Amino acid sequence: MTPFLTLESRTVVIPRDNIDTDQIIPARFLKGTTREGLGQHLFADRRAELGSDRGAQVLVAGANFGCGSSREHAPWALVDYGFRAVVSRSLADIFRANAIKNGLLPVIVDEAMHRRLLDAPGATVAIDLERCELRFDGAVARFAVDPFARRCLLDGTDELGFLLAQEPRIAAFEKERSAC
Amino acid sequence: MPSSPQTLFDKIWNAHVVVPETEETPAVLYVDLHLLHEVTSPQAFAELRARGLRVRRPDRAVATMDHSTPTTPGRFEVLDAQCASQLSALRENCAREGIRLHELGSDAQGIVHVIGPELGLTRPGMTIVCGDSHTSTHGAFGALAFGIGTSEVAHVLATQCLLQRKPRTMEVRVEGALGPGVTAKDLILAVIARIGMAGGTGHVIEYTGEAVRGLSMEGRMTVCNMSIEAGARAGLVAPDDTTYAYLRSQPGAPLASDAGARYDRSISLDANTLEPTITWGTNPAMSSPIDGRVPDADSPALRYMGLRPGQKLAGHPIDVVFIGSCTNSRIEDLRAAAGVLRGRKVKSGVRALVVPGSRKVKRAAEAEGLDRVFLDAGAEWREPGCSMCIAMNGDQLKPGQSAVSTSNRNFEGRQGPGGRTFLASPLTAAAAAVAGAIADPREYLR
Repeated sequence: MTPFLTLESRTVVIPRDNIDTDQIIPARFLKGTTREGLGQHLFADRRAELGSDRGAQVLVAGANFGCGSSREHAPWALVDYGFRAVVSRSLADIFRANAIKNGLLPVIVDEAMHRRLLDAPGATVAIDLERCELRFDGAVARFAVDPFARRCLLDGTDELGFLLAQEPRIAAFEKERSAC
Repeated sequence: MPSSPQTLFDKIWNAHVVVPETEETPAVLYVDLHLLHEVTSPQAFAELRARGLRVRRPDRAVATMDHSTPTTPGRFEVLDAQCASQLSALRENCAREGIRLHELGSDAQGIVHVIGPELGLTRPGMTIVCGDSHTSTHGAFGALAFGIGTSEVAHVLATQCLLQRKPRTMEVRVEGALGPGVTAKDLILAVIARIGMAGGTGHVIEYTGEAVRGLSMEGRMTVCNMSIEAGARAGLVAPDDTTYAYLRSQPGAPLASDAGARYDRSISLDANTLEPTITWGTNPAMSSPIDGRVPDADSPALRYMGLRPGQKLAGHPIDVVFIGSCTNSRIEDLRAAAGVLRGRKVKSGVRALVVPGSRKVKRAAEAEGLDRVFLDAGAEWREPGCSMCIAMNGDQLKPGQSAVSTSNRNFEGRQGPGGRTFLASPLTAAAAAVAGAIADPREYLR
């Protein structure tokens, strides 16, 4: 996973609320056994909404983005397409967890900043994960990221490595449970 | 000193914390049961292989084939080459790691959330995960059960644990009693309409109250199943006599929220006021009582669904009826649908699919003669699988077709590109099959 520090990029805006994972990547594209190459199917049934700016790395979307299924194919497709951050007012839980594991930064901003970004498709924004700030048009919005997720994104370290290091405590937990 | 009252969720959570959470790090949470299927697991097994890791506790994992499998009656041949290779990947991964697999065509195969409880794998007080958002189904047994992504599937395979921040809790209390023709599906659709499709985000819902206590295990599974459609991490019902009767076991230590336990949020509904409910839009919160009208204001959802602002729902013509999915494919669901269809015919021009949730459900239904009821009515009686709920296995709507479905999602294209989904109970779906249009199931009750 590429460490995430700062990002300056144009935005792609899809303003609708409740964009579900079936829209992000329809189920007919979930038949593979690898995680690569899904970008070509991103928003397959609404492809035009992505526009033509293939260099944009920030997706600004309506509230509750990523609701629905647990398919990690959604962030795989977004990352494969070239996105590195999703900005919204709120994100669905499983999508957010999946995004972080793939270096896709979830950025939750307040309603005022969200509105400004929705109204300015193609604008350039700067996202600074070190300072947890999104800067746009002279304004600065602070965003909250789970401290552990932030550490993983900044260091490029992965959660599985962290979990594997817990093995002695996991083994002790199992032993204690089987004893009672 | 007595400890402060705890919720059911707190008790299950606390019993599974391996390493407590801190400001800097999430909790390490132990997983008792890991359910696997072909679509969200191959990349996780590949991750383990790439790191030279083995599955830590194959005895705590169980796999089935359901999402990309065909449901063609009497046939278990997978013609789609991509689906076939996904299935063989699961077969190889399970064989290599010593994981129990219920293969296509085998005796216990079925939808992952139908077979877990059937096989006695789902037990009160457990933590259960699966790479599928409808894992919340198992919460009906008082298990903390939730969907995870494929990276997390790899975490559980490798360590039997997950990194998790403790969710908040929400009580959804439903007092009163459901009227005739009003089912668990109508109840949960009403809950989702009330709190909204992000209303449960960050929360685990515990369903309480007289109407919830009055539900069968099948009904509780339907309710918990759709917790995710309100954005919730999980849904829970405290185990009681109904639970232990279903499990054919004696209760262990009592497992319930303590009197006075505090939830972060609470809402309540009166079951007496609920009616058969059907969705009209493109997310599960867009629903109405069956005798209602769609909203007066034009919207993208109405346009997608081919509905006129303000029109009545009853009488709206439909092309397909789908009875199945992890939400409503259990024996009780099939009995309800058969009750409406017995001695009646599916309207000419309407395709009706009945897809049992598992081989076991299929055998039970056939033993009761329900297959004959469906076939005599002109419906298809198919093999178990996710079928038209996920539309990646050959069962799907054609563009522009309207379906009354007992599944869980009415998102655009969910049942096939351009397909229009009206979510409802098995009773309402069966009534629609007979009427060829959206219909009030209460007119078909005997």
